[in-house]
Amino acid sequence: MGILEVSNVNKRFGGLQALGNVNLDIAKGTVHAIIGPNGAGKSTLLNCLIGKLIPDTGTVMFNGISVLGRKPYEINQLGISRVFQTPEIFGNLTVFENMLIPCFAKRDGSFRMHALESIAAERDIIEKAEHMLAEVNMSDKRHMTASSLSRGDKRRLEMAMCLVQEPKLLLLDEPTAGMARADTNNTIDLLNQIHDSREITMVIIEHDMHVVFSLAKRITVLAQGTPLVEDTPDNIKGHPKVKEAYLGEAAA
Amino acid sequence: MLGLSKKDTTFLLVVIFLTLATPILLQPFPESSALAQFNAGYPDLMQRFAIFGIFAIGFNILFGLTGYLSFGHAAFLGVGSYSVVWMYKLLNYNVVPGLVLAIIMSGLFALFIGYISLRRSGIYFSILTLAFAQMSFNLAYSVLTPLTNGETGLQVYNNDPQVLMSEGSPTSPHFFGIVMNEATKVDVGGWQFTFSNGYYFCAIIAIIVFYLSLRIFRSPFGIMLRAIKTNQTRMNYTGLNPRPYTLAAFVISGMYAGLAGGLLAAMDPLAGAERMQWTASGEVVLMTILGGAGTLMGPVLGAGFIKYFENIFSKINDNILHSWFSALPDGLEDFVVFVFHPFIGKGWNLTLGLLFMLVVIFLPGGLIEGGTRIWNAITGKNRKKKREDAAHHPKPTSHVN
Ligand SMILES: Nc1ncnc2c1ncn2[C@@H]1O[C@H](COP(=O)(O)OP(=O)(O)O)[C@@H](O)[C@H]1O
Ligand SMILES: [Mg+2]
Repeated sequence: MGILEVSNVNKRFGGLQALGNVNLDIAKGTVHAIIGPNGAGKSTLLNCLIGKLIPDTGTVMFNGISVLGRKPYEINQLGISRVFQTPEIFGNLTVFENMLIPCFAKRDGSFRMHALESIAAERDIIEKAEHMLAEVNMSDKRHMTASSLSRGDKRRLEMAMCLVQEPKLLLLDEPTAGMARADTNNTIDLLNQIHDSREITMVIIEHDMHVVFSLAKRITVLAQGTPLVEDTPDNIKGHPKVKEAYLGEAAA
Repeated sequence: MLGLSKKDTTFLLVVIFLTLATPILLQPFPESSALAQFNAGYPDLMQRFAIFGIFAIGFNILFGLTGYLSFGHAAFLGVGSYSVVWMYKLLNYNVVPGLVLAIIMSGLFALFIGYISLRRSGIYFSILTLAFAQMSFNLAYSVLTPLTNGETGLQVYNNDPQVLMSEGSPTSPHFFGIVMNEATKVDVGGWQFTFSNGYYFCAIIAIIVFYLSLRIFRSPFGIMLRAIKTNQTRMNYTGLNPRPYTLAAFVISGMYAGLAGGLLAAMDPLAGAERMQWTASGEVVLMTILGGAGTLMGPVLGAGFIKYFENIFSKINDNILHSWFSALPDGLEDFVVFVFHPFIGKGWNLTLGLLFMLVVIFLPGGLIEGGTRIWNAITGKNRKKKREDAAHHPKPTSHVN
């Protein structure tokens, strides 16, 4: 029994079959990568997992609970966090304020009216936020407006915002896209370190094979909305079908 | 002190000082000077500063923090006024029961209107609030005449029950015997200062609600509201439900508006449907944007600015213009007066429109941004950086620690 079970998921956009009969079983504590050429349906699949899209058929169970039909904030409260392909952060707030919000959400749930309490008095929350910022090496940027960060830093901030909630399952949509090599390696180290220290299950969508093979314990190859193979990184490397799918993309 | 940081405490103390000293500060010209017409230290105007300041402070909690632009807040102003006048009619002229009722009733109204309108965002939200406000206006104007006395407006009549009225009680609005329209006049040199009970009553309430808004701005709730303005997607995927937060902000700002409307009736025991007109809703939007939406002091400045110039410009007429420009040759004098004529008296709204356009185009952050720019020019701070800061982050004091 995996932490996340996807069975028979189909999703159509008009005439386009974006997902066809997807079955996935993600084991608890693993790092599972989903790879595949552009337009294979990777982002669509993630959207079905977090309530942004509702599949036409099929079920998605998280720890034995169906996530379908639940609101995104309810799914997050179950313990699923997501890093987006283009970072979603609170651009007008400072980096530190960005960190405070997931801390409050984790402690207080989806709504709590504390209109007359001072943030300065929330010692635990502040400490937690500061600790996480230090962990992603962004303490010196705490007073910067988030929208003025570099692309790599925005991603890192978004990741920190997800991690500080201590999710059971972390979904990452191309977490290193748009990053320089050095930043990419930092991110790999960070994710490995997070995984080792907290046993968070991660599902990663990634284009960069270097990232995939540095992180993943298992890999699913998606092509035209359907899983082709699922195996360990070593077996995937030499798999003929995978080569075909990727060569096909390179030729196009 | 009072749960505020040192910086905020100083800020609050400055605001308290300025508010209490307003009757002196707004009277800079001696009575005999020609400039005395630009003085603003008389009770009626100062009361409007305080009352519309309260209205704008509340509006800013919704619009400035969450970015939801309501075009119907005048409805709550009206509800507040009617509540107060009804308490005069049923009990007596003490303003306290009326103001309490005004806050409760406007809160309930806001809960209902907000619950429905907040199902949409952006322009659809604005239109829904506008529609509700116009419905309220029409209800007050014609349908609910037994409650509102229609176009005549609600007022107190001799045959009203006024069950708490006794022999010696005041026959105009009062606060436990302190009569609102009484004032102490003090003459110093050529100056005359008027310390009115009504103004100080409004001023003290304004200080209290300003303090509350300061607390809200600095609270976890305040930060959530700003997060909603910035990115609702991230908000949702962080496990937060934006709807109750926006609804709470809507109800709070509705209660501020109700209180302001109640105070209008506490200064002058009348309530009319025109208070709910869309123009009144638009005015508070202008005040907030003109002063600087999302900043603490901006909306108050905007309210003061608009009410002051409304007063000045509406008073000026062609005769006054002729006397100003009498030094010019006759033909030119007539021409200049002709040019200025559309902008004065009843044409004040035209002037307001122009001022508003100028501010929105050249000072998107409002008067507060203008002040910041001037301050930076004087102190020679890095201009470019500051301007960018102000555009993204108009509030000078938003840091948590
Ligand atoms: N909201 C949508 N409406 C219509 N078509 C969509 C939508 N989202 C994705 N698609 C299509 O579905 C296919 C899969 O897209 P996506 O999941 O983004 O692929 P990937 O992330 O693997 O690159 C693409 O052909 C894309 O054009
Ligand atoms: Mg994608």
